[in-house]
Amino acid sequence: MKKLLENRNVTGWLMVSPLAAVLLVFLVMPIALIVIVSFWRATEFSIIPAFEWDNYAFLFGSPVTYTVFFNTFKYAFITWAFTLIIGFTVAYYLAFHIRSLTWQVALFLLCTIPFWTSNIIRMISWIPFLGRNGIANSTMMSWGVIDEPVEWLLFSDFAVILAFVHLYTLFMVVPIFNTMMRIDKSLIEAARDAGANGAQILWNVIIPLTKPGIMIGTIFVVTLVMGDFITVRFMSGSQSANVGRLISNDIALLQYPSASATAIVLLATVLITIGILLRFVDIRKEL
Amino acid sequence: MEPRPRSFYVLSAFFALFVLFLYGPTLTIGILSFQGEGGGLTFPMRGVSMYWFYDLFEQQAVGDIWGSFRRSIFLGLMVMVTTVVVSVMGGLAFRKKFAGSGILFYLIITALVIPSILISLGIGLLFSQSGLNVHWSTSGFGAQLTWTLPFGLLIMFAVFNRFDKSFEEAARDLGASPWQTIRHVVLPIIAPSLIGVALFGFTLSYDEFARTLLTAGSYNTLPLEIYGMTTNVTSPVLYALGTLTTLFSLLIIGGFLALALLSNQRKARAGSDAGKGV
Repeated sequence: MKKLLENRNVTGWLMVSPLAAVLLVFLVMPIALIVIVSFWRATEFSIIPAFEWDNYAFLFGSPVTYTVFFNTFKYAFITWAFTLIIGFTVAYYLAFHIRSLTWQVALFLLCTIPFWTSNIIRMISWIPFLGRNGIANSTMMSWGVIDEPVEWLLFSDFAVILAFVHLYTLFMVVPIFNTMMRIDKSLIEAARDAGANGAQILWNVIIPLTKPGIMIGTIFVVTLVMGDFITVRFMSGSQSANVGRLISNDIALLQYPSASATAIVLLATVLITIGILLRFVDIRKEL
Repeated sequence: MEPRPRSFYVLSAFFALFVLFLYGPTLTIGILSFQGEGGGLTFPMRGVSMYWFYDLFEQQAVGDIWGSFRRSIFLGLMVMVTTVVVSVMGGLAFRKKFAGSGILFYLIITALVIPSILISLGIGLLFSQSGLNVHWSTSGFGAQLTWTLPFGLLIMFAVFNRFDKSFEEAARDLGASPWQTIRHVVLPIIAPSLIGVALFGFTLSYDEFARTLLTAGSYNTLPLEIYGMTTNVTSPVLYALGTLTTLFSLLIIGGFLALALLSNQRKARAGSDAGKGV
């Protein structure tokens, strides 16, 4: 018995067993079940075990699928571009322009606190800004930029992307800031001594060294946007669709097999995207 | 100190705009929740009143706000305790590099990046196919753990990557048993980070929506209740509720941060007796 407890494999698995149990029951088994159900047949009232490719055939045969997948990638790409530019700039400012650690921590916390508050409420809070009689419209009208309220502010792709950027920029700021804080300041001094100007230091020293953080942020933002179904529904006023909404519509109609097939294709897409991104970074080293 | 370059002021302005972008909308609904009785969802304010807050406490026609608030807090506490315990055990285990730890690590990453709707759908199917009823305290609880545990573990990995092993070796040299080493050396050192894990566990659960949607059953948690309200409530009472729960979140966050600060100070005071000798 004592010998058994000295074996690191045994003690390791003992200590990790609660974690493994949770992941098995609430992650592995549900995914396996989704795979199985995606081959089942649905009637109006129930779902019947079967093994047929009809759900996938229907999915790939429908033009809606391609539009919706294109939309999903479009949201992911545009959101990624904005969150990267904003997140990088904010992290750069915090890491290299703020000189005392106390202020760095304080301002960093200021950026992360919204992450711990409700996403739904943060979405709702755009209504008074973007609505027909909202702040944006009335301000622009009083400035004479426009003559009558712009209709496309709320309930549009614009609103969807604005909400995504609002919700998820933190996921860029945190990992990029984390990597930047670990850059050896003497490298930057060396670059300056060697005659590099600010832009050259940024481009040739800081950005290459920040790449792992950028990759981790990218993984977060891309997966969150690709898997989303609430933000798109709420901010587009049900006028736009992404894959997540396609799935949730099927679920609402109790079409579980077709929802499962779409979910599997979405999961495969997300995992392939991440697989490509992971080629550029070793996450375990970066923590 | 060298003078600030011009880029500092440009970036400061950018940062200020970013903070305004982050907090502006929330502050706006905070102000609008004090809208007068005849006021609508946007400016102008028609007077200042607490009307919509009273309304929130009185009307129960829209649903069970207070019941869902209680459930959310209770569930948040359950998730918080579980996340802390499981993450610490997991973090300690992963230092051993046991066989199969690589697969488990990728499962954790999968739990983090998997679209939430798959968790919702899969757990919903799992419970219905095995004849169980979905309930916030069983299926909802598990669904939320798939979101909070990866964060807790990532924090633990980061903590143990920076952990100075010589403290443990010293404890062992002094004759401490493995349990004593963990109880009196490792846990006190990582305690401030555990407050962080607890903060993630509670707040991510308290606000979780996508993974709870199909797994909470007939009794809603607060975010589900709020989401339900967005479709049929078009008065500032929505803002009043939003303001109250955001204030509650801020209170919790502030509490945790203060606790972390205190425990860091305590550690700094009590951690080392260097310089206290002659």
